[in-house]
Amino acid sequence: MEMETTISLLDIRPIIPELTLICVGLILILLDLIVKKKEIVAVVGIAGTLVALFGTYKLYGFYEPQVAFGGMFVLDGYANFFKLIFFLNIILTICISMKYMKIEKASFGEYYSLLMFSTTGMMIMASAADLIVLYLGLELMALSTYILVGLMRKKPRSNEAAIKYFFLGAFSSAFLLYGISLTYGLTGTTSLSGIAESLNALNIIGSPITYLGLIFMIVAFGFKIALVPFHMWAPDVYEGAPTSITAFMSVGPKAAGFAVLGRVLFDAFPAMQGQWASILIPMAVLTMAAGSIIALAQTNIKRMLAYSSIAHAGYMLLGIIAGTHEGLTSMVNYLMIYLFMNIGAFAIVIMLRREGFQGEDLEDYMGLSKSHPLASFLMLIFMFSLAGIPPTAGFIGKFYVFMEVINAGYVYLAIIAVVFSVISAFFYLRIVMYMYMKDPKQEVTLTTSPTMSIALAITAMMILIFGIFPSILLNLVRYSILG
Amino acid sequence: MHVVFVYKTTTMPGTYIPSDYLSVAVIIIFAALIGLGAIAAGLLVRPRRPYARKLMPYESGNPPVGEPRYRFSVKFYIVAMLFVVFDVEAVFLYPWAVAYDKLGIFGFVEMMLFIFILLIGYIYVWKKGAFNWE
Repeated sequence: MEMETTISLLDIRPIIPELTLICVGLILILLDLIVKKKEIVAVVGIAGTLVALFGTYKLYGFYEPQVAFGGMFVLDGYANFFKLIFFLNIILTICISMKYMKIEKASFGEYYSLLMFSTTGMMIMASAADLIVLYLGLELMALSTYILVGLMRKKPRSNEAAIKYFFLGAFSSAFLLYGISLTYGLTGTTSLSGIAESLNALNIIGSPITYLGLIFMIVAFGFKIALVPFHMWAPDVYEGAPTSITAFMSVGPKAAGFAVLGRVLFDAFPAMQGQWASILIPMAVLTMAAGSIIALAQTNIKRMLAYSSIAHAGYMLLGIIAGTHEGLTSMVNYLMIYLFMNIGAFAIVIMLRREGFQGEDLEDYMGLSKSHPLASFLMLIFMFSLAGIPPTAGFIGKFYVFMEVINAGYVYLAIIAVVFSVISAFFYLRIVMYMYMKDPKQEVTLTTSPTMSIALAITAMMILIFGIFPSILLNLVRYSILG
Repeated sequence: MHVVFVYKTTTMPGTYIPSDYLSVAVIIIFAALIGLGAIAAGLLVRPRRPYARKLMPYESGNPPVGEPRYRFSVKFYIVAMLFVVFDVEAVFLYPWAVAYDKLGIFGFVEMMLFIFILLIGYIYVWKKGAFNWE
C-alpha cells in the first residue's frame, strides 16, 4: 500500500505551543548542567512557559477548528481552553515549589523540565482527535509524573507513592489500549470522528463489544481522574508526593483526563449517550459520596485534600453526564475555578513546611490566625471556595454544573450533589474553625518567598473576581466551546 | 502450506475429523520419539563414572567462590537502560534509511530532529557522570 506523506510545514503551526514547551524542557535540561542555582532554571522555565502561552493566545483567534497531521491533531476552542488551564497550572506550580523543593532537599533542575514534558503531554491529550495521539500524550504526561512523584528519593513515602502510581498507571494504560483495540477492531479506524461515522454506518451502536470498548476506555480515564471505584491510588500518592507535585497533579492530569473523556464521549460516541451516561451516573454518585465522606475522617491535610479532589471530580463529571455542550462548558468552567482554589490551598500547606517540621496535620493549623492573620484569611478564602460558599468562585462553579445537570433532566443528581456538597463543607470549615477558634498548640512559622506570594495573590484574587463577576470567565468558556 | 499426509476418509455426515492436522500430529510424535530415543541411546552407550568435580557448574573452569547472589553496582542498570534508549534509536534509523527516497527532505529533517533530541539526552547523561565507571 502506497502511503502518502500528507504532513506539510503548515501542520507545524497548531503545535507551536507544544513544540515551544518541549524546546524549553530541553533547554532546561542543558541549563541545569551549567548553572548551580536552580532558581535560574525555574525562572527560565516560567519565561519559556509564558512564551508558549503567548503562542496559544495567538492561536486562540481561529474561529474554525484547525486540523493537522491528517486529522489526528485538532486545535479548537476546547483544546485551547484546556491548554490555558495547563499553562496556569505549570506556572503556579513552579511559583509555589521553588523554595519548597529546596527544603525537601530535592531541588533538581530536572524537576522543571519534567514539568514541561508532562504539561506537553496534557496539551497533546487535549488536542487529540485520534486515539493513538491521545495515548501518546497520555503516556508522555504519565511517565513524567511518575518520576516527579518519586523525586524525594531519600523518602520511602515518596518512593512508595511513585511505585503505586506507576503500577496503577500502567494498569490503566493497559485498559485504555484494550478499549482502543476493541473499538479499532469494530470500526477499523482510530480517528474519533471516524469511529462515530463507522458506528452509524455499520449499525453497531448498541452492540455489546462496542459497549465493552467504551467501558474499558472509561475505566482508563477514570483512573486518571480518580473516579470511584478507581480512586484507591489517589490518597496515598497525593500524600507521598512532594506537596507541589500534589498540587500539580491534582489539577493537571485530572483536567487532561476530563479533556479526553469529554472529547472521546462527545466526538466518538455521541450516539451512545444513553449508554455512557448510565455508566457515569453511578460512578459520579459514588465519587461524590466516597470523596466527601471519607475526607471527614482524615487528620492529614494532604490526604484530606486528596479526598476533596476526588469529590470535586464527581461534581465535574456531572457536566459530562448532562451530555450537552452547555454541560461541557460548565465542567470546563469548574475545572478552571478548581485550578485556582486547589493550588491556593496547597500553597498554604507548602508554606507550613519548614526545615524539621512537616506541617501536614490538621492540628498544626490551630490558632494560625493569631500568628499569621493574612495567610489564615487566604486559607479561609480557599476553603470557602472549595466548600462552595458565595461570594467565592467555588460557588459559581458548582452552581453552573448543577444548573446544567437540571437542564438535562437529572434533577435527582443535582439534589444528591448538593447533599454531598453540604457534607463536604464540614471538613473544609473545620480547618477554618481550627485556625480562628482554637488556641495555638505550638509556634508555627511560615516559609515565604516572593514567587509564593505572587502565586497566592493570583489564586486568591482570581477566586474572588470569578466569584463576584462570574461572567468574565463564563464568557471566555462559552466563546471557547460554543463558539 | 505443505500438507505431508492427506488421508481421504469417508466419514459420517456431521462428524468432523481434523485431517488437516494429521501432519502436525505426526511431527509431534516423531519429535518426541527422536528426543526420547537420543536420551535412551545415550544412557545405553555412555560410560558412567560420576565424581564430585563433575557436579561443579564449570567442570574445567575456576572453582566457584561464594554465593552467586551478591550485590553488584547499580551502575549496570543505568548502562542497560541507556543501551535500550540508543538501541531503539538505531531501530528507528533502519526503516527511515530504507524509505529514505520516499520520505525525502521532510523525513531527513524529522530524523535529524529526533537525533538532536537524543543528543541532548546524551550530553545530559554524560555531564551527569552516568558513563563514569569509578
